[in-house]
Amino acid sequence: MRRILVITTVFFIIAGLVAGGSSITIKGSDTLVRLGQRWAEEYMKNNKGVVIQVSGGGSGTGIAALLNGTTDICQASRDMKEKEYKLAAQKGIDVYRISVALDGIAVFLHEDNPVDELSFSQLKGMFTGAITNWNEVGGPDHRIILYGRENNSGTYAFFKKKVLNKEDYSDYTQTLPGTAAVVNAVSKDKYGIGYGGIAWAKGVKFAAVRKDNNSQAVMPSLETVSNGTYPISRELYWFFNGAPKGEIKKLVNWALSAEGQKIAEEIDYVPLPKELALKNEVK
Amino acid sequence: MPTGARGRTPSTISINVKLMEKYRFKQKSRAVEFLGEKFIALNAFIAIIAVLLIFIFIFKESIPIFTSSDVQKEASLHKMMIKQVYYEGRDAKWSWQPNSDVPKYSLLPLFIGTLKAAIIAMLVAIPLGVGAAIYSSEFSSKHIREIIKPAIELFAGIPSVVLGFFALMILATPLQKILGSTFRLNAINAGIALGFAVIPIIFSIAEDALTSVPRSLREAALALGASQWQVSLTMVLPAALPGIVAGIVLGFGRAIGETMIVLMASGNAAIISGSLTDSVRTFSATIAAELAEVVYGSTHYNVLFFIGTLLFIFTFAINLCGEFVLVKLKTRLQGEY
Repeated sequence: MRRILVITTVFFIIAGLVAGGSSITIKGSDTLVRLGQRWAEEYMKNNKGVVIQVSGGGSGTGIAALLNGTTDICQASRDMKEKEYKLAAQKGIDVYRISVALDGIAVFLHEDNPVDELSFSQLKGMFTGAITNWNEVGGPDHRIILYGRENNSGTYAFFKKKVLNKEDYSDYTQTLPGTAAVVNAVSKDKYGIGYGGIAWAKGVKFAAVRKDNNSQAVMPSLETVSNGTYPISRELYWFFNGAPKGEIKKLVNWALSAEGQKIAEEIDYVPLPKELALKNEVK
Repeated sequence: MPTGARGRTPSTISINVKLMEKYRFKQKSRAVEFLGEKFIALNAFIAIIAVLLIFIFIFKESIPIFTSSDVQKEASLHKMMIKQVYYEGRDAKWSWQPNSDVPKYSLLPLFIGTLKAAIIAMLVAIPLGVGAAIYSSEFSSKHIREIIKPAIELFAGIPSVVLGFFALMILATPLQKILGSTFRLNAINAGIALGFAVIPIIFSIAEDALTSVPRSLREAALALGASQWQVSLTMVLPAALPGIVAGIVLGFGRAIGETMIVLMASGNAAIISGSLTDSVRTFSATIAAELAEVVYGSTHYNVLFFIGTLLFIFTFAINLCGEFVLVKLKTRLQGEY
């Protein structure tokens, strides 16, 4: 028993020393937490001695942590609000923002579904349960079967905010673990509709999305998300207190490099357009 | 130990000296035995203590529901059970929408979902499990029995995620065609897969109960001229009935607590409806899906732990009932004869 105690104590002391060596804290958006973690893992693999701690909690939590000086990097899937910028100025924090990746949410339909494009208001009606039949949006006379993500997923929250205007999803939305499961369900359900990252497309078709009645319907793709024409997309940010220096600067520039962006693409984020990534690099 | 007994009465039995040397008790082994016994006892108690501690810790995380007024504003017991008006001018409803601007934590849709999936599972598993147990213990030849028994018990070894995957990818589509249901993933789909997880539990307990009915009972009936059918149906089955019931009860406990299968195969829509072809969301799937990313210490977090407490109590009570019936059966079979 005593030996175990000694071993654990030694372990914690060593862990503490290592963490004290060169440690970076990353905190914030739940949407970005997966990307942050992957980047941290890869970076730590290639740079022994650096310890990066990544945690979620939401963009708001991350921004609060940045303002309180308890995190080095704040991940956020939204820009800071005016109020938050003011608060930062009061606290003498020089907010430095760069976008590190993009995020686009596609709407999936069954391949045999005659509907090709949907507007924001139609999507909202369908997912809130106001529109329940495909013939109301130009499809066959059949009930719409809704598929979505679990309610703690960032995709769930983003789609809800952007398309549903923060209204609740219909109770009849079937929630599935992971985008792959949503795609699979829609691919097997003639009257199904779902949403998820644009990297997932096997066996389903994308709906072109129109922001309103006057605008063009746009198909989601790496290009349309990159150039901002696809309406259900957003920039994902890292915030710092002042321009990053030293190890953090190295980490940021690596994340923006071709290697870092490739990792982002591998786990279904949309990489930044090359020029933007170059522009964002910390000099 | 037979050798020990032999050693103490050397005059009456011829002694193999070598064997005796080999099994001679050494003084040292007593201490080892003592420690060994204590160690085993400790293991047994650790199980009990672990169950207790798990319950205490799960319950502790749900306490704010009963004490904190902030939490109660969103999720008091009353709000979790009774229909609520969430938006002015709209109908009152039961709704599970924890990540809404107006969070809704009604447990009724989840409760109904859990019950629906479990009941369908039982409808699948009881006839198959009990039927197979009766056939295997009463009618099958020894050879067939030796195939059936391990084959069904093999089901218990299939990881539930595999059963869930099977229901999600393979079973759901043909089932939807047969039932003509609107929802591809529904209570029946999940229930059938869940049934397969329950069958081995019901089968092995029921089979044990049937085979442990004393031979004297069967032989007496056969001697009085009863046929095999009459023996099985009128003598053995009633005698083993408590065991079969216990198997069913324990199987029900498993069906309520099983997570992975329902998470994958049920569609997880929290709806209140009587239709078995609608999607269902169960207690266990809700915890599995939401706990990983919930904000620590939030109302949502407390409610999920409260659901965990409820599940714990349900399955504990059900298993207790099952064990109780089993003990009754044993005294009945062994005590009277």
